[in-house]
Amino acid sequence: MYEKSVAELARALDAGTVSAVELASEYLARIERFKGMNAFLDVRPEVTLAQARRADAMRAAGRATALTGVPVAHKDIFVTRDFASTAASRMLDGYMSPFDAAVVENMAAAGMVTLGKVNCDEFAMGSSNENSAYGRVANPWDGNAVPGGSSGGSAAAVAARLAPVATATDTGGSIREPAAFSGITGIKPTYGRASRWGMIAFASSLDQAGVMTQSAEDAALVFNAMLGFDPRDSTSVERAPEDYTRDLATPVAGLTIGVPREFFGKGLQPDVEAAVRAALAEYEKQGARLVDISLPNAELGIPVYYVIAPAECSSNLSRFDGVRYGHRAAHYDDLADMIKRSRAEGFGAEPKRRILIGTYVLSHGYYDAYYLKAQRVRRIIADEFQRAFRECDIIAGPVTTSVAFGFGEKAADPVSMYLSDLYTIPGSLAGLPGMSIPCGFGARNLPVGLQLTANYFEEAKLLGAAHRYQLATDWHRRMPAGIA
Amino acid sequence: MNVRADWEVVIGLETHAQLATASKIFSGSSTRFGAPPNAQACAVDLALPGVLPVLNAGAVECAVRFGLAVGATIAPRSVFARKNYFYPDLPKGYQISQYEIPVVQGGSLAIAVDGVEKVVRLTRAHLEEDAGKSLHEDYHGMSGIDLNRAGTPLLEIVTEPDMRSAAEAVAYARALHALVVWLGICDGNMQEGSFRCDANVSVRPRGQAAYGTRCEIKNLNSFRFLERAILHEVDRQIALIEDGGRVVQETRLYDPERDHTRSMRSKEDAMDYRYFPDPDLLPLEISAETVERIRASLPELPAAMRARFTAQYGLPAYDAATLTASRSLARYFEAALTAFGGDPKLVSNWMMGELLSRLNETERDAEAAAVTPDMLAGLLKRIADGTLSGKLAKEVFAILWDEGGSADAIIAARGLAQISDTGALEAIVDEVLAANPKSVEEFRAGKEKAMNALVGQAMKASRGKANPAQVNAILRRKLSG
Repeated sequence: MYEKSVAELARALDAGTVSAVELASEYLARIERFKGMNAFLDVRPEVTLAQARRADAMRAAGRATALTGVPVAHKDIFVTRDFASTAASRMLDGYMSPFDAAVVENMAAAGMVTLGKVNCDEFAMGSSNENSAYGRVANPWDGNAVPGGSSGGSAAAVAARLAPVATATDTGGSIREPAAFSGITGIKPTYGRASRWGMIAFASSLDQAGVMTQSAEDAALVFNAMLGFDPRDSTSVERAPEDYTRDLATPVAGLTIGVPREFFGKGLQPDVEAAVRAALAEYEKQGARLVDISLPNAELGIPVYYVIAPAECSSNLSRFDGVRYGHRAAHYDDLADMIKRSRAEGFGAEPKRRILIGTYVLSHGYYDAYYLKAQRVRRIIADEFQRAFRECDIIAGPVTTSVAFGFGEKAADPVSMYLSDLYTIPGSLAGLPGMSIPCGFGARNLPVGLQLTANYFEEAKLLGAAHRYQLATDWHRRMPAGIA
Repeated sequence: MNVRADWEVVIGLETHAQLATASKIFSGSSTRFGAPPNAQACAVDLALPGVLPVLNAGAVECAVRFGLAVGATIAPRSVFARKNYFYPDLPKGYQISQYEIPVVQGGSLAIAVDGVEKVVRLTRAHLEEDAGKSLHEDYHGMSGIDLNRAGTPLLEIVTEPDMRSAAEAVAYARALHALVVWLGICDGNMQEGSFRCDANVSVRPRGQAAYGTRCEIKNLNSFRFLERAILHEVDRQIALIEDGGRVVQETRLYDPERDHTRSMRSKEDAMDYRYFPDPDLLPLEISAETVERIRASLPELPAAMRARFTAQYGLPAYDAATLTASRSLARYFEAALTAFGGDPKLVSNWMMGELLSRLNETERDAEAAAVTPDMLAGLLKRIADGTLSGKLAKEVFAILWDEGGSADAIIAARGLAQISDTGALEAIVDEVLAANPKSVEEFRAGKEKAMNALVGQAMKASRGKANPAQVNAILRRKLSG
């Protein structure tokens, strides 16, 4: 069953051809078999099987939802009661949360079964999953390539069919970039759609939970269970619940797709451009209209992002001081020294780098020049998207400049790593829903992603457009060799 | 104490009033005082990974009530910011406060020192959360952290540098304390830290326009400490300057045991708090309708009530001020007066005398007085109709306080009614005259003092129940006859 989509698994569970326990057992066996990929950080079969038994009991009692019994892996940024929650940091080694994240809670309430926690960049900071304190994750398509990051474990788990769906988080591209690199479907909703309660914060004004799946249809089904208003998160948006599958049957004929010319400039690799242009042609073939649009200041997204995100992270990560939980240095002179040493030992290089940048840009005398200016440019970028959406329904373009790069290729040069998120950061800064869907293969036969972005709260339209493409193509069904 | 006519003292106060909400400002934990350490600290207060703050609407309501009471502008949109610093009892590594845009802007408070009225301008009042406590004793060389107080809602009320003496600062602090308790937004308990002041103090040569360098004195949790600390700080600064030194801007801590201030940190090592808007909280928006709803729910304020007490009841200014020192006392006055229906000044006299001294003695609020307004009214009626002399009335009040009941029942049970019956009094006077021929003689010789002795004898003979005015009149009539 492991190659099946969420939709197919849901039907099989409903028909009784497979039980939640059988399904969980099959995935657990695969996770064990492919543990060399290092996608999972914490697996507890007894916990998973107990949840699966509860799911089967729900079904037997006639209380099953559309997703009861469907397994899911959670990014280790979401806190969980039954699995360790580390944010892939030594700082939280073995940390057990007394509560579940809202997203985890929502999925559990629907009867979904947790397979375990998946690897990521430390505190979701990175674009290659090389920043995990627990080791890198292999790209299932090429053991020497990165899976992308920060949700590298989520992407690899779904690509290798170790889970039919994985939660993920996106701050500047951490869902879309790994989805593109790993040849799967990844979507982040509008900022405020998913509760951030229980999501270990990196940059609060940007962090948003989403999912990695095989297809847009699967993502729509999971969104129905996962998203919704949560009074525990003040930035959660109060709106009536909606059916994210409602536009799956809507043809794209008549849809206007904006193609930002700035996303096809210098730096975009020809293999990626070719695959993306072919995907746009497919949309045209289905009756969509392509229009040239401009996002003139989108290129400022990276410097803006690398002011705002570190500023917020420098403050968000202050709670990790060794006083109440998490890593505490074994030797220290006094209270201040204990905090210093605990942080020096607990954090890896990338969080330290961002804490330093963030501390600097918020400092007295620099705040206006950096933080305030960055916020102003952020607003300009968001306004440009709004102007663009007056001319089109969906914006389409590449997710990344290239296919997945090799391990170590960019690790020594943080700025070139930061540029991996060139096309995804503007949408994150604006808080827009965005996704990546597989649209072909490029260099070294590695997957290429097509990025689709919709206006606020138009996830259903976005998923519909992605689904129509996936009905006509089979890129999303391709699987890496060696995972059978 | 120095009376240094050539120096002018300049004081501004920052007061932290703990708001009387049932739960914390950003979490659902209880704010009750005195629980075992960390019994009232939930995941949010502990800053566990993944938690988020949600603003308590009750705290906002308190801030708006305060703002309206001091005539301030209620900001339609204010912003919560993070004040970043590391301290073991600061769980998040930052305090959520309001920085650039506070919820209450401007306003003023009237004070009076020795009958001289003065208006102290307020700069702002903003909402913020309290930190926890570090406990350095009884932990075998380690420090204990108690986070029960972490997240308790505070309103920080900041004045302009408008006060010119320790007495003015204390008058302001007392007026502010009375107001926040009056409004029901703070329990005012200073021992428990519900109301604490920091004072910014500087001195300058009289006539100089520019302010001197100021020092901030922290940890002032009583009016007496506030006064002592300012007096000491002023002395210190003047002595320093007169000795050719200069004041360094710094934060100083008042030590009540040694009664002095000592340096905590200078401006040079002042922390950079790296304030920025808290991305976990939306800007606080308060609609005009909300402001009007809260305005309509405000009680009559002390200043207005004071004015009304003099205008409506003809009370002296001093009485009006005393009776409006707290809302419960003012409420007591109006209730007692309504039940009594007689002279307001009589009610005031009895409250300022017997009632207040008993309340102070027992450290009770007027609401908890053993003699209720109705009981006091019953007593006052018997004074007004001449049944009780002042002396007897005090006895009855004491019995009312200690044993309860009603004035009438006590008078009846103990035969305490004043003797105003002329026949009975004449008999007593005759006895006194017969028994004190010497005094009679002296009076007739023109010694007015002798009359007092005779009245005293008559009162004694009646065991205090004789109506003294009547006794006096009968004596004079008989002696002049």
